[in-house]
Amino acid sequence: MKVNRKWINEDFVDLSHISDKEFVDTMTIAGQKVETYERMDEEIRNVVVGKVLSIVRHGNSDHMWVCMLDVGADAPVQIVTGAQNVKAGDLVPVAQHNSYLPGGVHITKGKLRGELSCGMLCSINELNLTANDYPDAAEDGIWILPQDCKVGEDINVVIGNNDTVVDFEITNNRPDCYSIIGLAREAAAAFAVPMRHHEPKVRGGAQGNLFELLDIEVPAPDLCKRYTARMVRNVKIAPSPVWLRQRLRANGVRAINNIVDITNYVMLEYGQPMHAFDYRYVGSGKIVVRRAQEGETLTTLDGTLRKLTPGMLVIADGEKPIGLAGVMGGENSEIMPDTVDVVFESANFDGTSIRQTALALGMRTDASGKFEKNIDPLLTLPAVDRACELVELLGAGEVMDGVIDVLSEIPAPRTLPLEAEKINALLGTDISEADMAHYLRRLEIPVNEKEIAVPSWRPDLQRCADIAEEVGRLYGYNNIPTTAFRSATTQGGYTAAMKLENKAGSLCRSLGYSEILTYSFVSPASLDMIRLPEDSPLRETLKIQNALGEDASVMRTIALPSMMSILARNNNYHNQAVRLYELAKIYLPREGQELPDEPKQLVFGAYGDDVDFFSLKGSVEALLRGLNAKPAVYESLRDNPSFHPGRCASIRIDNVYVGVIGQVHPLVSSNYGIDRDVYAAQLEFTAIAKLLAPEATYQPLPKYPSVARDIALLCQEGVTAAALEACIRAAGGALLRDVELFDIYRGVGIPDGKKSVAFRLTLRADERTLTDADSEEVVANILAKLESALDAKLR
Amino acid sequence: MKQQLEQIKLQTLSDIRDAADIPALEAVRVRVLGKKGALTAILKQMGTLSAEERPIMGQIANAVRAELDEALEVRKAQLQAAALEARLAAESIDVTIPCRRSPLGHQHPMNRVLDEAKEIFIGMGYQVVDGPEVETAAYNFTRLNIEEGHPSRDRSDTFYFTDDDSILLRTQTSPMQIRVMENTRPPIRIVAPGRVYRKDEGDATHSPMFHQIEGLVVDEGITMGDLKGALEVLVKRLYGENAVIRFRPHHFPFTEPSCEVDMQCFKCRGTGEVGGQVCPTCHGEGWIELLGGGMVHPDVLANCGIDPEIYSGFAFGIGVERMAMGRLRINDMRPIFDNDIRFLSQF
Repeated sequence: MKVNRKWINEDFVDLSHISDKEFVDTMTIAGQKVETYERMDEEIRNVVVGKVLSIVRHGNSDHMWVCMLDVGADAPVQIVTGAQNVKAGDLVPVAQHNSYLPGGVHITKGKLRGELSCGMLCSINELNLTANDYPDAAEDGIWILPQDCKVGEDINVVIGNNDTVVDFEITNNRPDCYSIIGLAREAAAAFAVPMRHHEPKVRGGAQGNLFELLDIEVPAPDLCKRYTARMVRNVKIAPSPVWLRQRLRANGVRAINNIVDITNYVMLEYGQPMHAFDYRYVGSGKIVVRRAQEGETLTTLDGTLRKLTPGMLVIADGEKPIGLAGVMGGENSEIMPDTVDVVFESANFDGTSIRQTALALGMRTDASGKFEKNIDPLLTLPAVDRACELVELLGAGEVMDGVIDVLSEIPAPRTLPLEAEKINALLGTDISEADMAHYLRRLEIPVNEKEIAVPSWRPDLQRCADIAEEVGRLYGYNNIPTTAFRSATTQGGYTAAMKLENKAGSLCRSLGYSEILTYSFVSPASLDMIRLPEDSPLRETLKIQNALGEDASVMRTIALPSMMSILARNNNYHNQAVRLYELAKIYLPREGQELPDEPKQLVFGAYGDDVDFFSLKGSVEALLRGLNAKPAVYESLRDNPSFHPGRCASIRIDNVYVGVIGQVHPLVSSNYGIDRDVYAAQLEFTAIAKLLAPEATYQPLPKYPSVARDIALLCQEGVTAAALEACIRAAGGALLRDVELFDIYRGVGIPDGKKSVAFRLTLRADERTLTDADSEEVVANILAKLESALDAKLR
Repeated sequence: MKQQLEQIKLQTLSDIRDAADIPALEAVRVRVLGKKGALTAILKQMGTLSAEERPIMGQIANAVRAELDEALEVRKAQLQAAALEARLAAESIDVTIPCRRSPLGHQHPMNRVLDEAKEIFIGMGYQVVDGPEVETAAYNFTRLNIEEGHPSRDRSDTFYFTDDDSILLRTQTSPMQIRVMENTRPPIRIVAPGRVYRKDEGDATHSPMFHQIEGLVVDEGITMGDLKGALEVLVKRLYGENAVIRFRPHHFPFTEPSCEVDMQCFKCRGTGEVGGQVCPTCHGEGWIELLGGGMVHPDVLANCGIDPEIYSGFAFGIGVERMAMGRLRINDMRPIFDNDIRFLSQF
């Protein structure tokens, strides 16, 4: 809500001695936050009223003129102009040497075809004004100012720019603050000065009987709580006076004509939207506030034909809609230059209905915006009276006696007890009851003994807590003592799951991977990009109905695509070696459940010179060890289409699938525009969290030395390291304590299709030193089993 | 014989001095003191001497032997020290050579600052909890006093999954207040960090997904002064003891009284100007909005079965990206979700 300070100062609370900075700071701290504020005269500098002393034709031009002007300085100044509407004796805006005009235009002196020109004469456009603001000004040509302007005066004063526009962020609970009066009331309270009130007085007396001319029916009382109307006869449509136009302009409203301007002025002042109908087009002198009928249309004031639907509230005459209630009037009843009689509407419509209509038609207006917030229903009468008063003040027409006021719901006056003790308990203060009452009265909330009379414009005051806020904000939130609560000691900390996540993060980072953070919604095409099978259950995604775009329209069911996008981006940035991880939530719809499951995946992604399958596997193994997961089993996985079939393994713990690791399939990399080898692992973190080994307990350290035996085995290429190791462990018996693969050899001395795999066996007994014979026996058993089970022989 | 001894002594002392290394020194020792050594040979001749001469010569021979032994020891120690020194000199390295690659990964800056905030609250006895991001309208709105028709429920603001607008992406972490109060009796002291979603196109200050940290304390006798106290601790720990904050009234449907908390702009120190220009960080306001909070609305307490006549509480919600941006002086939100390793490696 933008308001100009001058209006508040002149009509309600004179705070002209308060600086802008102090005004906005105090208002903000008291509860009306200022978003921005701006002096209106900042853009125009050093432009003054000048009087044309003489004007002669330029010697070297057939269209330019040389003027001598009195600008209130010691000597007259010479300015060349190309305009044709200036004559001696005129008062004109003069942009002097070194002046500024809107848009950062800098005017300096110079020569125009040999003649010195110490500035420029201005049109209204050059002062950022329009014909709406000054209808008398020449459309093209210099603005000839009224003769009552003072020579030498700053043009900002003439056009009312000696003012500050303050933009308030009004919160939803304070519809009353969408008005000059509402904000003036807040200012009066914030600065603890009384506010001047004005009660509209209407002389009336125009010929005729209002009740014979106009009939109002409200068959939709649920959507129209109150409909108030008055009539003005014999109107003289003309521009509004300058003061009124200037106030409208300062508040961002375009001046049109006196009757329309009055409705806009009252809306700004009271916050009550109003409308004026040309009585000629109110068929049968009847206004019906009803729901639109199927198939009805209305061309609104902006010239657009609107298709109405039955839920929308319209203002109709005897036959057809003439206005879209609370949103915009109809073109068919618009105020025209030849309008004679006018009906002023000042109504209270249901906020939700207006909002839905405005939204459905895509036409939020100032009026609809105000109605949305649910306006004080007691405002309609003073507002319509104020409009009529202004008509009389402006001489714009004759006001008829009487008001038609259709009420469906009279809000009962409400009271609340002033509970000082409870308020202090909530705020943590020690404010006296008298002070509390004083704060409330500053806000024009009457307090009688311990009873608060809630004003009609404060529907937000419902209970003690609401009163506490009013007291608190005028006492000053920053004056409330800062305390540390005394309460039963509670045990702070993370849940077990969070602790494990934190641990995983530390482990990933210490293994050299950096954390990324990606959006939870992805493109449905991302599932194709990672070549997810058509029948994969992960294609069952949650779809956002009103997504920002297709590429952010489904909740991810798998974290790999997000990682791939980030790897691709880094590759595009020519980042050479990248190791990343993300602990990412995925969203899996659940049959028969309202909300999806939201488990977490831990994804690694890496590329670069020192990245290969085994470096990544080493990282994953270290991570799982660090998390104290039970032993993981890696098995070749050839049918995960996201991964290279020969370089991919599934990871299982206790025979539960907990992840996949491998080189990303070249086709997938290429889908992401990456032309290098990329490695990734995707771990089911939430599942792993349930597969942790029990906490370690102390094992006595060995008393007897261990013996190491190395064996090199010759076996078929197809026999995996895991199979050999499993076989060794199974045959090793109790004395075999550890098995470690330390070499794989192919080449000279090894037949084609075979390989040599070397293991180091660690043997130990708890109660004695092993003899050579003991070791020989164990190794012999192992070798026998290897040969029989896997056809692997000692080399 | 005496002369012989003297000559051996002088010759050997000279040889010991000249020995360049341990093997050379050992050779000298063997040559003189070994089984077939020169001195040993002389000592073997002692038997040929007279009874008077024998003790005298014996004494002299032993003195020579002792002197040579000592000289050998001294020289040996010298040579050992020199050998060690030579080895250490040969083994020295240029310790200033950079490592090939820093093996440490980096935590995402947003999570780093979020972790700091969590730790601060844990220190004050808060339990960290989390909950669903896909949420019901009941938890995200209705039970927080945000009625049907409230603008924040608009499809232009909130992402929905169902035609009836009943399932959505949570727009705030506040539904966690309800989820906790439903299942826990006071005293309650929790923080709930997590992702939230609003239908904003991403730009320098907006992202359709961002993070909040929600705080909730409910017990007997909790006051707004306590809320101020908790938030002041947070801000001072995060931004330093000199951080200046202000509380200003605001409105949220689920707290009453409500407030917003601003921190004095770190760039312009509250003046709104930097070098005569409008401060780019606070846009001339002098303050940066940090968070919103207030006293838990009595209706919200009652909705969760907590008697507002007995208990009171405070709640707050902090935008983590904004907090991280302020803390780490990041001036644009987009790099946070861009995940360029050059950005991530800075923190």
